[in-house]
Amino acid sequence: MSLIAFLGAIEIGLMYGLVAIGVYLSFRILDFPDLTVDGSLPLGAAVGATLIVAGVPPVVATLAGGLAGGLAGLVTAWLSVRLGILHLLASILTMIALHSVNLRVMGKPNQPLLGVDTVFTPFESLGLSPYWVTPVVLLGIVAAILLAVNWFLGSELGLAMRATGANARMARAQGIHTGWLTMLGIALSNGLVGMAGALFAQIQGGADITMGVGVIVVGLAAVILGEAIVSPRVIVIALIACVLGSIVYRLTVALALNAGFLGLQAQDLKLVTAVLVVVAMVLPGLRRKYAGSKAVAR
Amino acid sequence: MIDVQDIHVRFNAGTALEKHAVQGLSLTIPEGQFVTVIGSNGAGKSTLLNVLAGEVLPTTGRLMIDNQEVTRWPTSRRAGLVARVFQDPLAGTCERLSIEENLALALHRGKRRGLSRALHADQREHLRSRLAVLGLGLEGRMQDRMGLLSGGQRQAVSLVMATLTPPRILLLDEHTAALDPKTAAFIMGLTDRVVAERRLTTLMVTHSMRQALDHGNRTIMLHEGRVVLDVTGHERKGMRVEDLLHMFEKVRGQEVEDDRLLLG
Repeated sequence: MSLIAFLGAIEIGLMYGLVAIGVYLSFRILDFPDLTVDGSLPLGAAVGATLIVAGVPPVVATLAGGLAGGLAGLVTAWLSVRLGILHLLASILTMIALHSVNLRVMGKPNQPLLGVDTVFTPFESLGLSPYWVTPVVLLGIVAAILLAVNWFLGSELGLAMRATGANARMARAQGIHTGWLTMLGIALSNGLVGMAGALFAQIQGGADITMGVGVIVVGLAAVILGEAIVSPRVIVIALIACVLGSIVYRLTVALALNAGFLGLQAQDLKLVTAVLVVVAMVLPGLRRKYAGSKAVAR
Repeated sequence: MIDVQDIHVRFNAGTALEKHAVQGLSLTIPEGQFVTVIGSNGAGKSTLLNVLAGEVLPTTGRLMIDNQEVTRWPTSRRAGLVARVFQDPLAGTCERLSIEENLALALHRGKRRGLSRALHADQREHLRSRLAVLGLGLEGRMQDRMGLLSGGQRQAVSLVMATLTPPRILLLDEHTAALDPKTAAFIMGLTDRVVAERRLTTLMVTHSMRQALDHGNRTIMLHEGRVVLDVTGHERKGMRVEDLLHMFEKVRGQEVEDDRLLLG
């Protein structure tokens, strides 16, 4: 693999690290299987790209993408918490609705970002080689968000959110408004994903209506892979594992596609992803079983 | 003071499965009283507890805590007034969180939660000292996951959690029923101690007539959603399990078939 391909994989890996942190919040912290991300990532990208083309400063546009994603998450959580629609279905409904919203936002199926300034542009004059600018800036952004999420989860409110997902009945008995915290958490999760979408558009030179397909699987793959590699016990390590899992996933996919003897091509990406998730999900169980049988034999 | 006024609870009203679980139950519990509640399955014990906790809203009737009407308050809103220990040791704590995180949650029961740190150094010290009283050595395992503890240990921690922020009423929902006899005795001893120390108004549901008479200072019996027996003071002191059993048979108009009541 060339250095450029390697750095490209790191870039996308870091960007999906944000998605993974979002998925970790919904699936792991809140125990809320949320598929909204397939819609909120392109929403963030569409909002971000459209605003940048309209002349809005890229940083503001990126934050707006995050805000839009957060609102989408709020809709899903509201459908589930207030209207009593099954969480999985609620998220699918939002995701489908967002497809139309995204087309409306862009006014067309894609919004190119060519020859415009992005959040990465100011750093290009710092003397870093152009290939390194994007990954380094992304690393900074992801690190800052990771620390912020970790700080939040250590607060009274964050602990209440973790209790909501772990044991909602006990949480209510402790005076926690589990409905509100679910809405806050899912909004936060999709806000991160929306922001990732806005960054994604700036990395790959535009937003596209199809860029959301399978995002949830990739995010989940990153979370599960990270857990399989690190087996985290504290929150901050779990968050780092999300980002690490995302990068490892990207590198694995890049390697698989680069390995000529496998005969895999870019269109096989989704299939490789699905297989990887299955392997990552089955592996820890097999490892336990193996360890268990060894213990019995002794 | 807790005042339950003519509470009715109907589940599935208007359907073939309608159940009139509580039928005009009234009960006044003065400050500091420890009431034990007995009754057969379906007598309305759990429903009464759930009404007090806010998990079930009564169809009609009123519930007052300290002269404040809380009848329609959801569980989370009345959590500052009501603390509860569940029958299932897994229900009252979060197994995915550490011991100290569980205690920190209880420390903020019924209070506003903001962005300040959930656990400060001085809080840790306070929580550690509260756990040390149990004599289980848990104060040295504050960062262990709750899921690593045994059922008895978890119930002991639940009791500590219920009293970290003193409630207006403590609800005990057959909280020793899922434990082995030795552990159950330990938890009951602990219960008596914390209730006495903190002078807590307490309502304990139990399946054991022995337990109902040996603990607390008032015993009520529920049958078909009503209070059918209410003994306290002198009358209760002289009462034996057989007397209670006899009364129980009288109200039911039949022999007691429930082994658990006889064996307790």
